[in-house]
Amino acid sequence: MSIILSAVLTLLALATVFGAILGFAAIKFKVEGNPIVDQIDSLLPQTQCGQCGHPGCHPYAEAIANGEAINKCPPGGEATIQALADLLDVEPIPLDAEHGEEKGKQVAVIREDECIGCTKCIQACPVDAILGAAKQMHTVIAEECTGCDLCVEPCPVDCIDMIPVPQTIRSWSWNSPTAQPHMANQIIATDRAPGVTAQ
Amino acid sequence: MALMRITSPHAHGPRKTANLMRVVVITTLPGLFALTWFFGWGNLINVIWCALIAIASEALVLLIRKRPLGFYLGDYSALVTGVLLGLALPPLAPWWVSLVAVTFAIIIAKHLYGGMGYNPFNPAMVGFALVLISFPVAMTTNWATPVALLENPMGFLDTLSVIFGFGAQTVDAFTMATPLDVYKHEIAYSTALDVVQNPVFGNFVAHGWEWVNIGFLAGGLFLLYKGVFTWHTPVSMLAALAVMALAFGWDADQTTPPLLHLFAGATMLGAFFIATDPVTAAVSPQGKLIYGAGIGILTYIIRVYGSYPDAIAFSVLLMNFAAPLIDLYTQPRTYGYAKAKRGGKESE
Amino acid sequence: MRQVWDFHGGIHPKENKTQSSQSAIAPAGIPPQLVLPLQQHIGQPAEPIVQVGDRVLKGQMIAEAHGPVSVAIHAPSSGVVSAMEIRPVPHPSGMSDQCIIIDTDGKDEWCELSPCEDYAALTPNEILTRIRQSGIAGMGGAGFPTEIKLHPPRHDKVNTLILNGAECEPYITADDRLMRERAEEIVLGLEIMAYILRPGECVIGIEDNKPEAIAALREAAKETQIEIVVIPTKYPSGGEKQLIKILTGKEVPNGHIPADIGVMCQNVATAAAVYRAIRYGEPLISRVTTLTGDCIAQKGNQQVLIGTPIEWLLEQNGYLAQKGSRLVMGGPMMGFTLDAINVPVVKTTNCLLAASYKELPPPQPAQACIRCGMCSEVCPAELLPQQLYWFSRGQEFEKAEHHNLFDCIECGACSYVCPSSIPLVQYYRYAKGEIRQIQADQEKSNQARERFEFRQERIEREKEEKEAKRKARAEAAAKAQAAKKEAAANKAPEPVASNDKAAAIQAALQRTEAKKQAKEAPQKATGDTQAVTLESLQKKLISAEDKYSKMQAAWQDAQVNNPERAEKLASAVTSSKDNVEKIKQQITELGGDNTAAVPAGPSIEELKSNLEKATGKLQLMLDTLEDAKQNHPDRVEKLERAVEKNRTRVSLAEAALRDADNPQKQTESTESEG
Repeated sequence: MSIILSAVLTLLALATVFGAILGFAAIKFKVEGNPIVDQIDSLLPQTQCGQCGHPGCHPYAEAIANGEAINKCPPGGEATIQALADLLDVEPIPLDAEHGEEKGKQVAVIREDECIGCTKCIQACPVDAILGAAKQMHTVIAEECTGCDLCVEPCPVDCIDMIPVPQTIRSWSWNSPTAQPHMANQIIATDRAPGVTAQ
Repeated sequence: MALMRITSPHAHGPRKTANLMRVVVITTLPGLFALTWFFGWGNLINVIWCALIAIASEALVLLIRKRPLGFYLGDYSALVTGVLLGLALPPLAPWWVSLVAVTFAIIIAKHLYGGMGYNPFNPAMVGFALVLISFPVAMTTNWATPVALLENPMGFLDTLSVIFGFGAQTVDAFTMATPLDVYKHEIAYSTALDVVQNPVFGNFVAHGWEWVNIGFLAGGLFLLYKGVFTWHTPVSMLAALAVMALAFGWDADQTTPPLLHLFAGATMLGAFFIATDPVTAAVSPQGKLIYGAGIGILTYIIRVYGSYPDAIAFSVLLMNFAAPLIDLYTQPRTYGYAKAKRGGKESE
Repeated sequence: MRQVWDFHGGIHPKENKTQSSQSAIAPAGIPPQLVLPLQQHIGQPAEPIVQVGDRVLKGQMIAEAHGPVSVAIHAPSSGVVSAMEIRPVPHPSGMSDQCIIIDTDGKDEWCELSPCEDYAALTPNEILTRIRQSGIAGMGGAGFPTEIKLHPPRHDKVNTLILNGAECEPYITADDRLMRERAEEIVLGLEIMAYILRPGECVIGIEDNKPEAIAALREAAKETQIEIVVIPTKYPSGGEKQLIKILTGKEVPNGHIPADIGVMCQNVATAAAVYRAIRYGEPLISRVTTLTGDCIAQKGNQQVLIGTPIEWLLEQNGYLAQKGSRLVMGGPMMGFTLDAINVPVVKTTNCLLAASYKELPPPQPAQACIRCGMCSEVCPAELLPQQLYWFSRGQEFEKAEHHNLFDCIECGACSYVCPSSIPLVQYYRYAKGEIRQIQADQEKSNQARERFEFRQERIEREKEEKEAKRKARAEAAAKAQAAKKEAAANKAPEPVASNDKAAAIQAALQRTEAKKQAKEAPQKATGDTQAVTLESLQKKLISAEDKYSKMQAAWQDAQVNNPERAEKLASAVTSSKDNVEKIKQQITELGGDNTAAVPAGPSIEELKSNLEKATGKLQLMLDTLEDAKQNHPDRVEKLERAVEKNRTRVSLAEAALRDADNPQKQTESTESEG
């Protein structure tokens, strides 16, 4: 009897001690928020375009954290998929064409003489990058525009164009030598492109 | 377009990889000459045979990988691998031993890892280690007796027939153990004075071997002079080997003495032609010192305590393993930094 | 005797300096046209202050410094501003930039200058202002505004002022000739800079391969405190950081500027320009440029007006254009090739190297890196170039950064010695560009996230406020109004009333879907069957028609209520109609009889969503109307109109949906419209 009692007491004591330690650890080492979601979110391009099927980048980050596929972000393209794959330690998969395809960077431009000042695009813009008031001509703040094209559809007079961001002499930078024309003779057909993992 | 758009710098130095490889092959000639002079035609035949297999297997892999033959064969890297194996293998090793060693070196150790520049292990040494482990008898009993010790040494054709096995020659009459092997085994139950009575040691250090090593040393010094590699690896390797031999082998009655370590076996070939293979070695000067010293120390340990008489191949391969780690911890200090960034951590 | 230190690495390329160093600096003459890029320096481009058609005099400012890091641009000769336009400029990209074009009149009339006999009569600040006004930017190659550089942060006292006369690049002899011929100007320029900075010592560093220049400077500096230090010839001893190491033994700490360790480095040509700007008031309108290379008949150094077209300059000196030649601006180690010869000479053009095929043969195809380590032996920044190469090639940019990629000065020594002919420097430039791009993108996306979150918050807050208001109102308002509202609410189907945000997203999704299909279609069409194209065209047709009808409604509405808007809308309607016509045309071309076989499924979906959208909006408007009746009587009228319009829209949508439900009917309607 006393054996049983001492065993039970020991177990109880142990449970109390470990419980206390666990409880203490839970408070002491509490992780704020869900860091993985924030990490994923920081890799997404933040166009807030909704092409992934979620209302913005953060919701998609949450969905990825809950197991959704990582290939639904056309603005981020292959680079984002690669980065997500690295972060989550999964195999990179090709972009899901269902959600759109990777385009170059774009910026919305309002043809201002055609604008009727309806403010519809202002309401559609997820990052408040369109300036204007009712019956006043609107304009896009190009530096803030993420190129999500959510403003194009609501426009009743089709006066918004998505224009690829032009490369200027100030934004130019060198290509990888593997992409140089005079280097082409050394790239053999079977050579894999740099950065692609070996078979 | 008449004007070319090319990135700077527009001027280029005279050095080319192919030239480097070629000069390496040429500087092995003094050593090869000494080998042939003292041990007969075996090594010469081996070198040619290995070079042929090396080029053939390189060409084969290039064909399979659909690479241009001329461009890649033109870098002479396969030739170097073949020649080094031909020099390292026992002079009378049968033809199939060389074949296995060289094809394995080129196909597995080099091309399966991506070809020149991508192989983590020295291909020649991988091939050598493979046959050493797989065919220990062929690799230990086929060392030629010095020509001077034979009453009736083999001619070129005889040697050829021995190696390719089409004659009725029996090889036993023309082979004997290497000095390192002899000393290691006989010192256990004898004194140094008695051991060196064995004719294999000759008058100076080891009959013939001292000249072979001096030949490779001369070739290596020429490469050093030409700046093909820096002094760090060979010097630190030889120094480490000498220090180990002095520290633990000062008593010639107990273990192999330092001079024998330095001038017998493949020591100089290893120090100047194998350990200096840049692809598989450490990169920074400091790293090269550690890398070379590691090879020296391992060579001593395996030679003395291991079951193999020579140990260059294993030591080089073991240090090949360590090279990336050495690199990680021996990054040089960049201009403008108080400390070097090492071990993948940020310096403050 | 001063101790001369050594820096790690370095190379000794063939110097090739005698071709151009034998003759004196000759004036290049006035070209018929001058092209002046607004950006010839590091920083913001200058801002033009002349108009097309203006007559300008030599030395007159035509563009002023704009922003904190910027310098002015002056007319190098008298003439008329004939254009301000995009022209090709000397840049590694071969791209074009904004330029001011001056057609010279050959009179070379100076504008009024303000010379100063004695610089000591001016305060350092006045001198700095004059330097800024004179448009002087570092003439060694980088082009950093000199005035900014002479303005180190206050806490950085400059102890050692160094003039860089090393000129370590092969071929270039511009500084060499300048030092030989105008040593006094250089020394006086250095004295002016010393007057501003009051350093403890002034040093001029020259490589020992220029004995005449050394002698000339020694002669000129005899009476002064300036020390002429001869340094061993080794490339890149003229690199700022390397020269500082050679002359002071100190290293510029990573992330700092030389002034942080009490050192400042200026180019000898910059010193001469400063002297001329202060003494004679002459702005920087010309510079000494080396013309060399086997493709130039008359090699030598010339005093070239900034903006002189290189084409003209080369023609004047016997340009032997030949196949495979390259034209390099700068030296063979760090210069960049020019795509075309129609670019101008700028403030940083110290050399034009027109090399023949033989002189600078094209690069060999790169072989594999054998990690021979020669690159790290010669690297003056003590980097591990081959590791950087692997990381850059493998796009492991983080590792490249960790290996101090950004400390690479792109001197090219590694590529020079590489036995495998790997274009290492380009890999580093590529990696640097990519990393900067990634950082910029990251910054932009952070900004976007912030703005998005702020917007979400604002919308939430507005909603809450509205909700609160409505509650308060509902309590206070008359029952009649409440009943009316309910009636209105009943009209609208339930699902829509909920969340307009969700609806927007739904719409966005559908839109992308439609777009994607539309986009895919033409791609497929080339190889695929016609049917696919047809399908996509039909989808396009539906959306185009939809838009057309929407526009028409809007137009009709506008005609009544808003005539000025109607005009704009009218044109939109026409274009929309054209669009419809065009698509129809395309469909007919592809196989006319199929026209009507519009897939019913998706269109019904679409119509449903249209209806939902419209009813949702109607609901919203009714709510707003209620609110307006209560609070903003002035808005009521407008809102009522909008509600009316939306009602029509809802009914239209309903009708369309009804039509769509019956495929036959739909076919008919499409046909009748066509």
